[in-house]
Amino acid sequence: MACFLVPAAEAAAITVANHVIKNHEKRAAAQPRRGEKPEADRGGSSIPWSRKLSWLSELLWGGSLLLAFEHLWHGELVPWFPFLTAASDPASMAEMLQEMGSVGVLMALIVTGAWGAMVVAAEGIAKRDGETTPVAE
Amino acid sequence: MTLLLTVLAAVCATVRWYTRRDDTMHLGALCLILWGASLMWLADAIFEYAELGADYFTPALEDMANDAFLGLSVIALALVVWLVIVLVRDSRGTIRKMLTRKK
Repeated sequence: MACFLVPAAEAAAITVANHVIKNHEKRAAAQPRRGEKPEADRGGSSIPWSRKLSWLSELLWGGSLLLAFEHLWHGELVPWFPFLTAASDPASMAEMLQEMGSVGVLMALIVTGAWGAMVVAAEGIAKRDGETTPVAE
Repeated sequence: MTLLLTVLAAVCATVRWYTRRDDTMHLGALCLILWGASLMWLADAIFEYAELGADYFTPALEDMANDAFLGLSVIALALVVWLVIVLVRDSRGTIRKMLTRKK
């Protein structure tokens, strides 16, 4: 019904967070604090957080877009107000919200979990090789 | 069927991304788009399986055909989105060169 709205909302939040983190990383790279070593030298991550978050952002935006198309295909999403056919009457609206709370939340959790596993694997590969490995992009 | 087709497309894109030496074609973005959708449809499939049980694996022929058509359309849309990303990022500079070329 509108399950894709949950991962889409997460995608929007991640995109904003990624923008903030990217700016912070740029500032840190331009003006490193005195005596501060790069994070990789301190035994931390060698892959910047902005890059990791961009993977999650692409997973969520890409998935949400294709799911939105599926909802359009099934007539659950329309190009005129209120856009969601289930939003036209209260009974369907309740059902839609219930679906968003169950299927939508599970979608967001599965994608975020897969991203977490991907980050752990990428960190492992990067540490093993001693350099940043291009996992995606 | 939609989930199956999307997973197959995601696997193909990932294999192609892994075997390419450079990423000027931004295959990583295509992989993430297709895997994102596959994981979301997996969540949908889990709920449908919980509801239908074993019947989930024996869909009606008409439903299967419609889902296959939807799956192919979804892959086509993902490819179009990927193409837009490739052209906008223009990592090979082809578009830049074309636009700045003097006659």
